[in-house]
Amino acid sequence: MSSTLGSIRDALDRLEADLSHHLDQLFMPVHRWTREAQIAAYSGSPRKSRALPAAEGARGVSGERMAISVRGLTKVFGPKPEEAIRLLEEGLSKQEVLHRTGSVVGLTGVDLDIREGEIFVIMGLSGCGKSTLQRTLNRLVEPTAGTIVVNGVDVRALDEAGLRQFRRQIGMVFQNFGLLPHRSILDNVAYGLEVQGIGAEERYARAMRAIELVGLKGYERSYPSELSGGMKQRVGLARALATDPAILLMDEAFSALDPLIRKNMQDELLDLHEKVGKTIVFVTHDLDEALKLGDRIAIMKDGQIAQVGTPEDILSNPANDYVASFLDGIDRTRVMSCEALMKKPELVIPLRTGPRTALKMLDDIGQVIGFVADKDKRFVGLVKAEDLLRSLGANTALSEMVNTEVRTVRPETKVEDLIPILVETDYPIPVLNDQDVLVGIIYPGSVMDKIRPESTAEVPLEVEA
Amino acid sequence: MSSKIPLGEWAEQLVDWIALNLGFLLDGLSGLLGWLLKTVVSLLEAFPSFLFIVVVCALTLVLTRKVLLTVGVGVGLALIDNLGLWSLSMDTLALVLVAAGTAVLLGIPLGILSARNARVEAVVKVFLDFMQTMPSFVYLIPVVIFFGLGNVPGMIATVVFAIPPVVRLTSLGIKQVPKELNEVADSFGSSRWQKLSFVQLPVAMPTIRAGINQCVMLSLSMVVIASMIGAKGLGYNVLVAIQRVDVGMGFEAGLAIVIIAVILDRVSQSLGGKRIAH
Repeated sequence: MSSTLGSIRDALDRLEADLSHHLDQLFMPVHRWTREAQIAAYSGSPRKSRALPAAEGARGVSGERMAISVRGLTKVFGPKPEEAIRLLEEGLSKQEVLHRTGSVVGLTGVDLDIREGEIFVIMGLSGCGKSTLQRTLNRLVEPTAGTIVVNGVDVRALDEAGLRQFRRQIGMVFQNFGLLPHRSILDNVAYGLEVQGIGAEERYARAMRAIELVGLKGYERSYPSELSGGMKQRVGLARALATDPAILLMDEAFSALDPLIRKNMQDELLDLHEKVGKTIVFVTHDLDEALKLGDRIAIMKDGQIAQVGTPEDILSNPANDYVASFLDGIDRTRVMSCEALMKKPELVIPLRTGPRTALKMLDDIGQVIGFVADKDKRFVGLVKAEDLLRSLGANTALSEMVNTEVRTVRPETKVEDLIPILVETDYPIPVLNDQDVLVGIIYPGSVMDKIRPESTAEVPLEVEA
Repeated sequence: MSSKIPLGEWAEQLVDWIALNLGFLLDGLSGLLGWLLKTVVSLLEAFPSFLFIVVVCALTLVLTRKVLLTVGVGVGLALIDNLGLWSLSMDTLALVLVAAGTAVLLGIPLGILSARNARVEAVVKVFLDFMQTMPSFVYLIPVVIFFGLGNVPGMIATVVFAIPPVVRLTSLGIKQVPKELNEVADSFGSSRWQKLSFVQLPVAMPTIRAGINQCVMLSLSMVVIASMIGAKGLGYNVLVAIQRVDVGMGFEAGLAIVIIAVILDRVSQSLGGKRIAH
């Protein structure tokens, strides 16, 4: 009995699938219409042929090509933006402007250059204007004053059709994923392509490639409600990547995820960035995330930029107390590299040295462990003073006493990754450059001192000469 | 001393003026709706009752996947046939379908417009409040003046009565689309039409469906009242039963209305509802 009912259900499922297929086809004319309109708008090959208004200032100060260049950007929310700007120019504070005009100042005179291919993080506390700044870049938020130039396009000069065209070249990933609940994963990812009027076959092929890129192959027929948070954000990322945009805007993209999944997603984003090399503008309130992801970071406060710089810049030279206050309690091991911790080697013992001489050399500097290198100065291994002492009568060569099974690190290795090695080893850790030459030594006892916030304020992160 | 403001007279004058000057428009509308109604009635009555019952049962099973409900629908319709109320029920059903269809067809675009534009919304809201609170018997009167007696005026009164929930819930549904989803549509460069058809309407669909369901139920209740101005169907039997104090006749007609109401409610509630995941 139940099997009969089951087969009836299956038949009904099939019937329904057929019905919805026909319904989808009913809507096909709409797609065709938009596609024709699209082709007409492009008048030729898709994408870059449509002339978007060009603008001055597409290059930064250094002459390097900038993906995004923002000058004097101001945003006022509320009834009297012109008056608010005038008052701001007279030097009134945001609070005074709010009191006098009833307008909330979101951004004031922001200047920003974002390089092609970098991950640029905008970070700050909630209400500092970071999301507003990001959303002015594709005019989801309409700026009040200032200029925005993205890939040579003067964004504020675009009319409605031009803006639509422009937005199609920018991908965006949202904090709460922003997936459409009524669409399958495949159709969600294909959304941007569908909007551009790309036919079903090409659209789904490209969407599948994006789904594979974020590691969700096999889920394309699922619906968003069936996926976990991390998977949903992969879909969000795939959707943004599917249109192959030049720039990716990510708004608190990982903030809604569990810490562990969040870390995975950050790692994967870095991998992905290596692979696809897009300019990414990433907004976050989490300094750890900013330091991990950012090639450069802009720290915002009250609608203005407090400091722009690389993670190490910001950690070692905070521009003001506000930035410095952020750095308290930060996990420095993720940013600091071994280079900042290592001491210069006092002594490198050549491999062909005799045991007696080697012992003498160690004795002179008062150490019990020596670092041995071959004639090309390549690091070979460690030798202990006690082994040298024991072999004095036996006349063994130094090379037979050297312990070559030694864990080594590179100068750029993050302290985060050094710590597990330190725990497993009872020797000092040799630091080798990419020619395997010993450039430094890390003594276990000195590490803890340096990664404590108080002491790093005095000890600069650069190598001590 | 206060003199009465002649509101009633003004209303009368307005109605007279419309009847006199816009008569051709009203006649055209009346003709169109009359033709539509006739077509649907003849379509419904083209089925023998047995075949109709089978088709409705099959439809219920496909749409709701509920075996018990399907059996109930079959038994209920068979009972109506047995009571000899089949033809009257088809008249009522046709009135409901055409009236509710018209209300949905007009109501959804109006709801979309008022969700997008605050001014439209303000105007529409006043009208809806008026239509929903004015006792339905009252606007039977101008309807009679404009359209006379019969099925079509009954149906027009029904449309007026049943349209508010469609407009309101469509507007509400679209306004409740999360801001982030609207931003998704915009950030990928969707046109207005794409944003509406790909994002807003589908996301608002559960709310809009609730509005359609309400519209169908209100249509049914109004169609009964519309018998007072000559609409055919089960409502007429109820009216006659009241006048003759005929308990049996009233009960039978009332029961048939309840059966139709349950079927319409369950089927319209489940229309395409499964594909939206929560």
